[in-house]
Amino acid sequence: MKIIQFNKFYKQLNIISLIMIVASLILLLFKGLNYGVDFKGGTLIEIRIDQGSSKISSIRDSFNQMNLGDVSVKNFGNETDYIVKFEKQSSNDTKFINNIKTKLSSSIGNVDFRRVENVGPKVSAELLKSGIIAIGLSLTAMLLYIWIRFEWQFSLGAILALFHDVIITLGIFSLFSLEINLSIVAAVLTIVGYSMNDTVVIFDRVRENLKKYADIKIFELTNISINETLSRTIITSATTLLALLSIYLFGGEILKGFSLAMILGVIFGTYSSIYIANPILVLLKVSQRTILKEEKN
Amino acid sequence: MLYFSKLRVFAVLIFTLIISYSAASNFLKFDDDYFSKNIKLGLDLQGGSYLLLEIDNIPVITQKLQSKLLELKRYFKDKKLILKNFSVNQSSIIFESNNENVNEIKTILDDDSSEINPYFQQYKSHQFDFVEDNNIFKLTLSNYGLVLLKNSSLDQAIEIVRRRVDEIGTNEPNILKRGNDRILVELPGLDDPGRIKSLLGKTANLTFQFITQNSEESFGTEKLQFEGESEEAIVSKRIILSGDNLVDAKPTMDTQSNETVVSFTLDRVGTKKFGKATSRGVGKRLAIILDGKIISAPSVREPILGGSGQISGDFTFQSATDLALLLRSGALPAPLSIIEERTVGPDLGQDSIDAGILSLIIGFVLVVLFMIYKYKIFGVIANLALISNLFLLVGILTLFEATLTLPGIAGIILTVGMAVDANVLIFERIKEEVKNEKNYIIAFDSGYSKSRTTILDANITTLIAAFILFFMGSGPIKGFSVTLGIGILTTLFSVYFIARFCTAFYVIKNKNKEKLI
Repeated sequence: MKIIQFNKFYKQLNIISLIMIVASLILLLFKGLNYGVDFKGGTLIEIRIDQGSSKISSIRDSFNQMNLGDVSVKNFGNETDYIVKFEKQSSNDTKFINNIKTKLSSSIGNVDFRRVENVGPKVSAELLKSGIIAIGLSLTAMLLYIWIRFEWQFSLGAILALFHDVIITLGIFSLFSLEINLSIVAAVLTIVGYSMNDTVVIFDRVRENLKKYADIKIFELTNISINETLSRTIITSATTLLALLSIYLFGGEILKGFSLAMILGVIFGTYSSIYIANPILVLLKVSQRTILKEEKN
Repeated sequence: MLYFSKLRVFAVLIFTLIISYSAASNFLKFDDDYFSKNIKLGLDLQGGSYLLLEIDNIPVITQKLQSKLLELKRYFKDKKLILKNFSVNQSSIIFESNNENVNEIKTILDDDSSEINPYFQQYKSHQFDFVEDNNIFKLTLSNYGLVLLKNSSLDQAIEIVRRRVDEIGTNEPNILKRGNDRILVELPGLDDPGRIKSLLGKTANLTFQFITQNSEESFGTEKLQFEGESEEAIVSKRIILSGDNLVDAKPTMDTQSNETVVSFTLDRVGTKKFGKATSRGVGKRLAIILDGKIISAPSVREPILGGSGQISGDFTFQSATDLALLLRSGALPAPLSIIEERTVGPDLGQDSIDAGILSLIIGFVLVVLFMIYKYKIFGVIANLALISNLFLLVGILTLFEATLTLPGIAGIILTVGMAVDANVLIFERIKEEVKNEKNYIIAFDSGYSKSRTTILDANITTLIAAFILFFMGSGPIKGFSVTLGIGILTTLFSVYFIARFCTAFYVIKNKNKEKLI
């Protein structure tokens, strides 16, 4: 089989990755994330109207007349389905939703409330906190696991690859103002698992090869290992992407954001296993002695 | 590694069949009890309402402090200790003692067997903490005392919430404690929670108090509004009767006025109290007060001794029914507010199921075709493992009666995509081994053994992510972590038992073939 010189592009691609990470961080810092009601609090209503009975502008108008503050109305999949979001939540007015429904029906005709989500400020703050803790916790757990299984140089490489994937995925969500909700947190955690999985497969091979070849430099060795595991990397990414693509295209609107985040994560996860994790090993001058020393201890 | 005992093959086969049978029970109706289980659908798939209620404990605490104050007064009076200047604010009781009693009071409050300030040995805490400064005592609830109080009010509230929800008669409601001041209510199949929200939003504190013109009433007076009107009336603070004394309430039609009213029956104590008060109060107006608003204030025409009565007040049949329900189920210890609500209509739920199944089928077919294209006969074997993996996954979810959510379905599809990874790792390794080893059986053997640690490492990392999601996530996300986690276990099983058996069987049969993989 032909050997692909992945290692020729370590430098260039690392620079690109670095730029992307910095750009993502800047976006996250200055533009921020578009939090959904889960994390920001407020009300989300998914409505379905009779076919052709109304335009998005008339829906927007009738909501604007209700004094709900900043209202956003977006088409959601079908022509007849819309997502309406606003910051006000019902607090203690138990007829809040019913009143909105009555007013809306009188102005644009028959509407069906398919989904209502109403999250108070206290709950949304807690959800955000537990989301951040969950991501932090999973990164820590991965770090610990890989630290136990491999030498510290490998752990560092794997963790940097993880940060790379998570930061860039979130950066893309920020860039396109895609909504961050609870399912995105689930997606990010799964990405963490997947990216780690991918890195571990290559690292296992690097370590095996380190034992086998004493005289090959790590720069060369990573390339051999990447090539040896390449077809597995491609096939697994392909099947996972096929499954995700199928969720994205056919799984309904609710899962769109989730599957998109996963697709991005799988792509970056695969890339980073090759181009972030491995160059770190080269940078840290990993050699046969690294693993032998560890084994002696 | 390619030779197995018959017993082992048999055991794996039986296990797979049993679990698959349980999976099939979701689609076919079986008669026996063990396998007539079904996967429970989450609220996002079957439709329904999820409400998170938070109890406002401030009134409970104030009430507790007030009753404690009375208790303290009585207790120290019995002990002949002189205290003065009692007062209660939001979080503490304050009183003053004279110089000679200070130390005795301190000892009493600090005593481990104190009656007035109980000590909880296992938590090393009194009910109240106190500080003394210049003979002025300040008592505040200790942390544990506060937890105890909150827990008991939450327990009461849950009981009342359960009664109210049960009275409405939704199917299989799920009512759970969350922390020490929250209640989670799940109502499957309910697409308009408006009525239940308005029922849960009411404290339903019912009292009967006389309306008075005389503001020098010994119990004090308060000004209250009439329900739905701006009119006000001055009522005596003396409570004749409260909702606690009610044994039954139901909506009825008053034959004379042709109005819908709520008629109630009192218990023995209530009957006595009510009889006494109405005997003395003939001619006065008796206000019927719910949650601080006067519903109506009829004049007492004659003593009511029979222990039953009516509440009138411009009711529709619906509102009378709701009021009767609230009165029957009792008052909440403190007001509840709805801090999170998620409602999914049944048709959206069905749409989600349809979309989920469609994407599962498409994803599955794509992966299966891809594997056959890549690995030919071994692709078929991997697919066989994949199919049994799906059956195992669904079967185990069914056996544990796990809740399937929309993200859970996504988890299953994702499992389909990632499950082949283990087989791919093995097959790729075997391909490498075959290059150096002409004996296929040895090559396959070492392919399996050399890829094992990698496969374990790779799967444990995903399992870690699933675990954390399970413990940190809520509702639908938890469903995702369950399918993802169980999916990894069934994947390893199907790869290491089912696929390996098939591979071994095939390789041993065809070991002399020219190009095997």
